[in-house]
Amino acid sequence: MPTNTNFAEQINLAQHQAMRDDPSMISMGLGIDDPKGIFNTTTGLAEAFGEERVFDTPTSENAMTGVGIGAAIAGSRVLMTHQRVDFFLLAMDQLVNNAAKWHYMFNGTMSVPLTIRLIIGRGWGQGPTHQQSLQSWFTHIPGLKVVVPSLTDNVGQLLYNAIMDNNPTIFLEHRWLHNQQANEDICKPLKQKPSSIRKHISGDDITIISNSYMLLESLKAAEILKFMGVSCEVLEISEPSNTQLTDVYDSVNKTGSVLVTDISHSHYSVASELITSITENCFSQLKVAPIRLGLPNYPEPTSFGLTKGFYNEADDIVIAVANVFNKNHVKSSPLTKHDVPGDWFKGPF
Amino acid sequence: MSDLIELYRQTLRIRLVEEEIAKRYSEQKMRCPTHLSIGQEAVAVGVSSLLSNQDKAYSSHRAHAHYLAKGGCLNKLIAELYGKETGCTAGRGGSMHLSDLDVGFVASTAIVANSIPLAVGNALHQQVQKKAEISIAYFGDGATEEGAFYESTNFAAVKKLPILFVCENNQYSVYTPLKPRQPEGRSITRLAQEIGIKSIAVDGNDINQVINATQELLNHVRSGLGPALIECHTYRHREHCGPHFDDDLNYRPRVDIERWLANDPLFKMTQELAKQNNWSAIKADIEKELMLEIHSAFDFAENSPFPDPKQNNNYLYAN
Ligand SMILES: Cc1ncc(C[n+]2csc(CCOP(=O)(O)OP(=O)(O)O)c2C)c(N)n1
Ligand SMILES: [Mg+2]
Repeated sequence: MPTNTNFAEQINLAQHQAMRDDPSMISMGLGIDDPKGIFNTTTGLAEAFGEERVFDTPTSENAMTGVGIGAAIAGSRVLMTHQRVDFFLLAMDQLVNNAAKWHYMFNGTMSVPLTIRLIIGRGWGQGPTHQQSLQSWFTHIPGLKVVVPSLTDNVGQLLYNAIMDNNPTIFLEHRWLHNQQANEDICKPLKQKPSSIRKHISGDDITIISNSYMLLESLKAAEILKFMGVSCEVLEISEPSNTQLTDVYDSVNKTGSVLVTDISHSHYSVASELITSITENCFSQLKVAPIRLGLPNYPEPTSFGLTKGFYNEADDIVIAVANVFNKNHVKSSPLTKHDVPGDWFKGPF
Repeated sequence: MSDLIELYRQTLRIRLVEEEIAKRYSEQKMRCPTHLSIGQEAVAVGVSSLLSNQDKAYSSHRAHAHYLAKGGCLNKLIAELYGKETGCTAGRGGSMHLSDLDVGFVASTAIVANSIPLAVGNALHQQVQKKAEISIAYFGDGATEEGAFYESTNFAAVKKLPILFVCENNQYSVYTPLKPRQPEGRSITRLAQEIGIKSIAVDGNDINQVINATQELLNHVRSGLGPALIECHTYRHREHCGPHFDDDLNYRPRVDIERWLANDPLFKMTQELAKQNNWSAIKADIEKELMLEIHSAFDFAENSPFPDPKQNNNYLYAN
C-alpha cells in the first residue's frame, strides 16, 4: 500500500534530512517552532534538533538575513523561512548587496550556503501586500539561485538540494500547493540531483511552459486541449536562474509555438525573459508569436468582488491556445469560490 | 463621571463592533485577514480622547480600534471588510489597509513597522509647514524589533518632530512570546528614552492611566519639545488573526490569561461606573443604541454592491 503524503510534508522531510546530514546546519524564522509550524512545514524540527539549531527570531527580517549570511560565511549551513515573500522585502539589501555578491566580490575565497524559503500568498483577500510573486526580481540578480517548486513529487528533492548548495538560493513556495497530495512512492530521492526542466506531457502542436501553481493549471489545460484536438507539450522549469535551456529550445523547435505562464505580473517577468531566449534561439522555427500569460499590471486588490479573473486558470490557457489554432473555448464558471483552492483552505492566510 | 461614561461608550462600541465581526466572520463574507483588537481597546480610546481631527494617525495590521476611536466611519469599515464599493478603500485594501482622511486617520498598513516611518514623515511635514497639529504612530511590541522603529525614532528625536509613538505591548507576535524576541528586562519605554524620546509606560487596560500619561506626553509634543512614546501594556483576547479564541493551543500561560481577562478594560471601567445611580439602566440604553448602530452598519455593508473589477487599473498613477 503506497502511503499518502503532501507538499508541506515533503518540505518538512527535506529539512529533517538536511539537518541530520549536516550538523553545521541551522534553521530560523518567525514562527518556525510555533503551534502551526509554518503551515506544518517546520513541525517537529525544533524537537528533533534542539532550539540551538532551530529557532524563532525577533521580527527583524533585514538584520536577521544579514545574520544568516554572516553565519553562512562563517561556515554554518543556513535555512531561513518567511511566511510571505512580502515580509522578506525588508531584507533586499542584505540579499542583493551581500549574499548575491559575496563569493564573486571576494574572488571566490568565501561562499554563502544560505537558503531562504519564501511563501507566496493567494486568495482570501491577501491583497496588495500579502501575495506578491517576485521571482523575476530575484532571478535578475547574478549570483542568486532561484527555485520555484510545483509538485509534491520533487519539492523535497528541490529543497534538499537548495539547502546543500553552497550558494544563496531563494526557494519560492506557493501557499496553494501546500496541501497537494501524492503517493510517497513517486517522490524523488532527496539526495539525487533534481532536473531543473521536466517534461510532464509530450505533444506536437504547442509547448506550454510554467511553474508553481500555474503548472497545475497548465496540466489541466493540456487535458482539455487534447479533447479539442490540440496536442500540448508541457514543460516545468523549476529553476528560473538556470540558463541551460536546451530542452526548452528542442521542444519549441519541434512544436513551433510556445505559451509561457507565470504566477507574477507579465511585464518584465520570468515569462518575458524565457520568451526572449526562445525567440533568440528558435526564431526560424516559430510559426506563431509566443504567448505570455501572467498577472495584469496592477496590484492585486483585496475584495472578493475585485479579484475574480485576476489569476489565470486552466480555462485562460485553453482560450489562449485555442485562439492560436482557430478553435473556440468558453470559460466555465468555477465550482468553488475563486479565492480558495478547495475546502482545505478557508483563510485567513 | 459623564466623561467616563462617554469613554465607556466608545470602548464598548469598539468591543461590540469586533464581537459582531467575530460572530459573522464564519459566514465567509468578510474574506480578508482580520486582526481584532478585543481586549486592547482602551489604548485607542484613551489616546484619541485627547486628539483632534487635525492630528494625523497611522496604524498597523491591528487597526480597527485605532480607526474607530479616531472617528473613522463605521459603515465604511464594515463595508471594507465585506469588500464592498462603499468601504473605505472600495475593497482594495481590506481590514489591514484602513483610512478615513476626514478624521485624520491617514492609513494602516500590513507590513510590521512599515507605517512608523510614514507617521514620522507626516510629522516632518507638519514641522516644516509649521502646523499646529501632531502625528500618531500606533504599533505593537513586535514592531520595535524592526530596524524601521529605531531609524524612525532616532530621526524623530534628532529633528524634535511632533509625534506621539503609541506602542501596544501585548507580549506576543503571533504565537511568539517576548522571550525569544527581546532580552529579559527589556523596557521599550527606557529604550525609547535613551533614543531621546520622552516615554511613559502604563497599564494600557486602565483608561485613566492611558489618558493621564498621554496628556503629559502631548503637552511635551505640542509645545515643540520633540517626540514622545507611550508604552501600553495590554493583552489580546482572541487569536492573532481571525475571529476565534485559540488558547487551546497553549502558547500563553493560563495564569496570564486569567489575570489579563480580570484586567479587561471594560470590566475595570464598569467597576467605577457601577457606583453611579441607575447604572444598569444607563448601560442597557448604551448597549441598545450601539447595537442598533452596529446592525445598521452590517446591513449597509451587506446591501452595498461589490466594486467593479473594470476599475482595477484605475489609480495606478496619479494625475
Ligand atoms: C515585516 C513583517 N514580518 C512579519 C509579518 C507577519 N506578521 C503580521 S502581524 C505580526 C505580529 C506583529 O506583532 P506586534 O507588532 O507585537 O503586533 P500584534 O500583532 O501583537 O498587535 C507578524 C509577525 C508582517 N506582516 N510583516
Ligand atoms: Mg504584540
